[in-house]
This record gives sequence, structure tokens and C-alpha cells, in this order.
Amino acid sequence: MLLEVRNLTVRFGSKTVVDSVSFDLEASSRLGIIGESGSGKTLTTLAIIGLLPETAKVSGSVTFEGKELIGLADRDFSAIRGNRIGMVFQEPLTALNPLMRVGKQIAQPLRNHQGVTLKEGLKRAMELCARVGLPDPDRIIRSYPHQLSGGQRQRIGLAIALACSPALLIADEPTTALDVTVQKEVLSLMNSLVAEEGSSLIFVSHDLPVVASITERVAVMQNGEIVELASVNSMFQDASHEYSRKLIQAARTSDAELGHFTESPSA
Amino acid sequence: MSLILETRGLSRIFSLPRAGFGKERAVRRAVVDVNLKVEEGARLGIVGESGSGKTTLAKLLLGLDTPSEGEVRFRGQAIPLEDMHSFRRQVQVVFQDPRSSLNPRMRVGDIVREPLECLNVTEDHDTRIIEVITEVGLPKDLVQRFPHELSGGQRQRVAIARALAPRPKVLIADEPVSALDVLVRDEILSLLADLTTNLGLTLILISHDLSVVARLCDDVVVMQHGTAVEKGKTMDVFRAPRHEFTKRLITAVPRLPGTK
Repeated sequence: MLLEVRNLTVRFGSKTVVDSVSFDLEASSRLGIIGESGSGKTLTTLAIIGLLPETAKVSGSVTFEGKELIGLADRDFSAIRGNRIGMVFQEPLTALNPLMRVGKQIAQPLRNHQGVTLKEGLKRAMELCARVGLPDPDRIIRSYPHQLSGGQRQRIGLAIALACSPALLIADEPTTALDVTVQKEVLSLMNSLVAEEGSSLIFVSHDLPVVASITERVAVMQNGEIVELASVNSMFQDASHEYSRKLIQAARTSDAELGHFTESPSA
Repeated sequence: MSLILETRGLSRIFSLPRAGFGKERAVRRAVVDVNLKVEEGARLGIVGESGSGKTTLAKLLLGLDTPSEGEVRFRGQAIPLEDMHSFRRQVQVVFQDPRSSLNPRMRVGDIVREPLECLNVTEDHDTRIIEVITEVGLPKDLVQRFPHELSGGQRQRVAIARALAPRPKVLIADEPVSALDVLVRDEILSLLADLTTNLGLTLILISHDLSVVARLCDDVVVMQHGTAVEKGKTMDVFRAPRHEFTKRLITAVPRLPGTK
């Protein structure tokens, strides 16, 4: 088992924001987490990678590659984050450093974790740019984030996350800030990269069709709890929890609305 | 059917800051030569990606921005009209995020009262406030609350109530559900559908989400780089898109498993 989460609970003061969350993730498998804003999706992933603010009280257990992550010292965590676990966030404009050329940012995890020189790192950064489908890597690595488009920035985010070939990629609403045509490109890129690397994926989103298109299993969160966890197919065939049924119904309504308009009746 | 809103050769060109001393100012063509005819009672969707000029177009239609070229006509008269109060009573707007479009220091009742006072609406304000709050499906006692005490869906209902208070003929909704959760989005869309039918409103709905437009609008305009690249009945445009960009937009929407 690559990742085992047991009774993960996060409290801010007396408020429980993640409540006894448990799930497993095998190597090269994919899990989607969906739920509305405030349901605890993001806090769950932040707890896994140890990025919660100090005011948060975390209990339970997270085992990654056999190592307990809860309570792990910062220094040991730094050896895992960006190395064995890669992360992609929602808004690449805030996730990237605005004052640093993107080549140096892509090279950063390689320099930190693999001890490569800046020169070697930049060379690898150019290869990574090509892998995430950015044209003209020579120019891209010398650009600042504001000189790139939203889709290009999120590709840079992916390049950074995948630089060290992580065993697990955590993507938190990675396409929410993107236009739908760009979203499609980034999703298919992420799909093929994760498959090539043999990484596992945790994909957080509020958008059920997006989650269903890229993961095999889905965890539905509500009020900090996982109310249902099942394979995408069985969830769509027969969701057991009231809330997941509502989510599926809403997704079906808009899908049917669009289908009604885009498919000719004979099809 | 009579024409209620019309644009003729409408363009809005912004000049950008100089790239350096002595250099030419670059320009951004946000809206380029847009010609629209909106019939009374029509439900028109405007779709496009971010930066395609949707919101600039909305601002021009509302008279909140001045065209660089061309004009907007309301019932045959170019805006700004002499009596802008009358125009604003008839053309109202709902924005994307009610957290920023509602004044956090005002109670819900006062928020809804404001357009009645500013636009010199003659009917009894207290009665109208309660009427319109009920119409959008909120309990009456909510008028005493502040926006931060409400849920996202309730806040957007307040924004709709404020827009409807002066009994407009045209409602312009700019991404009205994009900031809302999926289930809440569903409720607000049903509400908008009911309201436009019951009140005979003309609806202009701006969205990047094709399913939202498919659900509410009979006609659609597709915008790209400020230009209206395709216009027509929603059914025809989505089923048999002619423009390359419309095709790309439609095939990019993620579909559910089991659907084609």
C-alpha cells in the first residue's frame, strides 16, 4: 500500500473540519475527492502533506511508503514533499514565485532533492518543459510567471510537481481556474504523465464530470467526513448516500441539458 | 415581438500603458464590431473564454461603460438616454460573486431598498421589499440580516431580489452561478428560469459554462477575442457549430461516463 490514511482528524479550536477520514491508495492508482466548498477536501490533502497552519490540531495516522507522516519533523517532511509527493495547486499564478524565472523554479526540487547543479537543473527543466508540452523551452525557462498564459503556468506547475518522479501526485482543483478548452488539454496531459510515471494520483475537485474523467475511485466529502467511497462506475450506477446521489443528479441534469443540445436525436 | 436592446457596430478599445518611454501605446480590442438584436422576452446566452469580452459587453449594455465606436440602443434610443433612472429601472444586473456585489455593512432589507430609493420608484418600498424577497424564495425575516450571515445561495438570491426590486424588463446576469457550489447552482438556475417565465423578463446571461446557457437560453452568441464569432438558436449552434472555436468549446466540456 502506498498511502494509508486512518481516522485523520483536523480541528481548529473546537471546530472539527476533517472528521475521521480513512482511505487507502495503492501504487499507480487514482482517487478523486469531491465535495462542496468547506467540506474539508483541501484540508485533508494539506494534512497529508503536513502543510496545515500551526493552529490546526491533527490526529490519526497517515502512512506513506511505510512511514508515519503525522508528527513528522519538518526536516524529514521536506525530504518527502516535492520529491516522493508532488503537488499541483488551483491557481498557478499564486503557487508560482512571481519574482523567479520559471526555469529556476522547475530546477528547485531537483537541486533540493537530487543535489544537481543549477546548470544541470536548468537543462532538466528544459526537458521537463518539452514533456509538459510547452513549445520553445529555451524561451519558457527564462520567462517570469506573469509572461505566461494560465494554461502554460499550470503546465509549469505540473513540471515542478513531476520533476522528481514522485510516487504520489496530489492535485487540488488544478483546472478550476482554467478555461474549458485549456482544462481539457491539461487534464489529458496530466492523465498521460501520471500513467507514464506510474505515479498515484489524488485529484481534488468540486466538478464531478472532471473527477470521473481522470480517476477510478471517488470519495465524496461532506462536513469534513467521507460519506461515500466507491469506484466511479458503481457510484454512477448506484450511489448509496443521499448527498452523492444529489451530486450525481446535478451532474446528470447539466450533462443531459448539454447532450440534448449537442447530440442529434438519432445518435 | 419588439426589439428591446440592440447594438450597432459596438466596439470598446482600451489603450494599455506604454511599454517604455517613447514607445507606442498598445491597444486591447475588448469588444469589436458586435451587432446584436435582442427581442423583448428573449433569453440570450453569451459564451466565451476568459478575456473574450463577455463582461465588457455586459457593461456596455448596462451603460456602465462608454463604447469607443458604435452604440447601444434601448427601445430604439441610443444610450445614455436623457432619463437614465428610467433606463436603470428597466435594465438591471446580477453579478458573479454576491460576497463582493452586496455591501457587507447593509442589512438585506436596505440592500433591496437602495435601488427603489435611488431610482425614484414610486410604489411603497416596504411592501415591495417583502414582495420581492418572497419572490426569490427567501423568508421575510431575512431582511434584518447582514450578507455575511447568509449562505452563498441565499446571498445570490438577495442579489437577484435587489435587481428585480424596480421591476426591470431586462435582467443581465454575469456568471450568476460560477461562484456557487454545484447543488446551489442548480437551485439558482431553476429560480432564474422560473422568474424569467413568470415575469416575462428578457434575460441576457453571460457564462463560460455551456450547460448553464443550454439550460436557460433560447439564443446564444459565442464570443472570441471580442468578436461575436457565431450567433443563432442555442439548439442549432450547439448541435451543428459552424465556427471552429465553437466546435472546440463544445467538445472540451467533460462528459459523464456512459454518455457519448
